Amino acid sequence: MRPGDLLGSSWRAIRSHKMRSALTMLGIVVGIASVVLTVGLGLGTQKDVSEEIAALGSDLLIVSPGSSTDESGMRGGFGSGTTLTRADAEALASTVAVPDAMAVAAEKTASVSLEYGESNWTTTVTGTSTSWTEVRSRELLYGSFFDEDDLDSSASVIVLGTETAEELFGSTYVVGQELTIDDESYEVVGVLAEAGSSGDTSLDDLAVVPMTTMVDSLDDSGSSESVATIYIKAASSDLLSAASQEAEALLLNLHGLASADDADFTIDVQDSLLDAATSVYQKLTVLLTGIAALALLVGGIGVMNIMLVSVTERTREIGLRKALGAAPANIRNQFLIEAMILGLSGGAIGVAIGVGLAVALPPVLDSTIVISGLALVVSVVVAVGIGAVFGVYPAARAARLAPIDALRDQ
Amino acid sequence: MTATISPLHDLTAPVIELSGARKTYHTGDIEFEALRGIDCRIFPGEYVAIVGPSGSGKSTLMNILGCLDVLTSGSYILAGEDVSHMDEDALASARNRRIGFVFQQFHLLSSLTALGNVELPLVYAGVAPAERRERAMRALTRVGLGDKSRNHPGQLSGGQQQRVAIARALVTEPAIVLADEPTGNLDSHSTRDVLGMLDELHAEGSTIVLITHEADVAARASTVYNVTDGQFVGAGTEIAK
Ligand SMILES: Nc1ncnc2c1ncn2[C@@H]1O[C@H](COP(=O)(O)OP(=O)(O)OP(=O)(O)O)[C@@H](O)[C@H]1O
Ligand SMILES: [Mg+2]
Repeated sequence: MRPGDLLGSSWRAIRSHKMRSALTMLGIVVGIASVVLTVGLGLGTQKDVSEEIAALGSDLLIVSPGSSTDESGMRGGFGSGTTLTRADAEALASTVAVPDAMAVAAEKTASVSLEYGESNWTTTVTGTSTSWTEVRSRELLYGSFFDEDDLDSSASVIVLGTETAEELFGSTYVVGQELTIDDESYEVVGVLAEAGSSGDTSLDDLAVVPMTTMVDSLDDSGSSESVATIYIKAASSDLLSAASQEAEALLLNLHGLASADDADFTIDVQDSLLDAATSVYQKLTVLLTGIAALALLVGGIGVMNIMLVSVTERTREIGLRKALGAAPANIRNQFLIEAMILGLSGGAIGVAIGVGLAVALPPVLDSTIVISGLALVVSVVVAVGIGAVFGVYPAARAARLAPIDALRDQ
Repeated sequence: MTATISPLHDLTAPVIELSGARKTYHTGDIEFEALRGIDCRIFPGEYVAIVGPSGSGKSTLMNILGCLDVLTSGSYILAGEDVSHMDEDALASARNRRIGFVFQQFHLLSSLTALGNVELPLVYAGVAPAERRERAMRALTRVGLGDKSRNHPGQLSGGQQQRVAIARALVTEPAIVLADEPTGNLDSHSTRDVLGMLDELHAEGSTIVLITHEADVAARASTVYNVTDGQFVGAGTEIAK
């Protein structure tokens, strides 16, 4: 039997039983439409999350003193060294040496007790430069950040997080208020907008002062040149690794080191947020995939069920075809191809409905649905596969029918 | 039990050669012997009628001759090929190449046109579409339905449907045409029509085996075999024309 004839006779059988064919496809249509939607929702959620993370600064490099591991695998004074300096930070800010960096800010921190009237509050004070807001993706709720003049004059100005302001003053609108640290008075020039928390640490309980002020008045580490961390914001997240390489080359050069193995600093990507979001996303994906698989299984059982009915209904036709010379394989293939065509059509209709809903739903649901071409192609292939898998049993039954019994069937 | 050799065809090889043909059906624990040792040879160009009372084993014999079923014991040689021990695929091929069936219930596929139905055996023979269409058209013209090729079975009378079935039986140029009660579902006018058709085929040289329980139908054949309780009774009777 010629392949074209096989296809033709399967196609005619489907067309001559339109209602039954439509019912058979229904399960697949629903299954594939839900797969397209759930995959689209999953991808959409991933996109939303990664955009949020980008907003939080996933284009951020964190340079810490000390090497993360030495040759024996031991941590070599990671985070506690004094190998990073303010001069390093200034060099990294050069657009020539690190062209893919957009902004650089060094941080020096100390734990300090803030006082206002009768109340006091202990928090981490960060000394940094004016580019800090840009590098850390922070905005001001009230007032303004300190400026270059404040930095030059090591002015006694301070910017507070909302939580710190709340704890100390009982309110967040505290611009122009004075607080004291070690009996020295500081003017609050700005309050940072809320940023939530990263892991266990609140991003809203902090105080920021000019680096010079930090070094002159607050730092008690004894090494005025060293900094705790240098943050580098890449020009875009695509350029993160380029910026990382440039920064590494520059620092190795400045520190007079020959190879990256000797590095007395570590460059990390801020990925903890990404990790957390990815794990949420993965759980969501597993859940949605499970639901979609279940829908497809139900669709597949529907195909098998109705194909079995069809074999019974067409017993006489099968007997006749066998009498006219159809081999068991011809009959089996006809039913298998019927099931696959039903899968293909159901899949295609399901994809169309899924895409339609993906366009119609987001404004209503306020969620992002991303349609990926690959997912659509895979969906259709899966639908055809389901037709084939669940068509095997009915097709084998049809092929096994004895021609005389089949012909005698009334 | 006696094999009858038609003297007219002594010099040619038989199309059908059954020896000691037995068929036993098992229904649960009950065994039933539907054929009890039939010997028979049918030669090219013969028009054989098989008659007998209901339940005597006529359809069972027809199924064996048509390779739709296999013997429990004995041998069956069809056009020189031993089909007694063939597997399903080989039997399907033998049916396709050697046998043309005409059934009492016509057995046309309602989703196909008359032409499509006649083409069907050629489809399973793997004949290319253009040749297939041409041969099917020729067969339809031969049974006088050249102008009805595009009608579906539902748009044809009973007699016309049976003629389509005859065209389908002829289209592969089989060694033998097997007709089981081909006029059982037809009125007297259509019966004459279809029997006339078979007479014509016989005149043109086709080998025909016809099963019937009507004496006037059997009277048209060249040889008549009488089956009772799964055995041939007496010799094949040659009908004088
Ligand atoms: N598949 C089967 N299983 C069991 N017994 C069967 C089977 N087919 C036929 N028989 C029995 O074999 C005997 C012969 O049946 P067959 O159909 O050959 O009769 P027939 O001569 O064609 O009768 P009719 O003229 O009524 O068509 C009957 O007694 C029938 O009950
Ligand atoms: Mg019968």
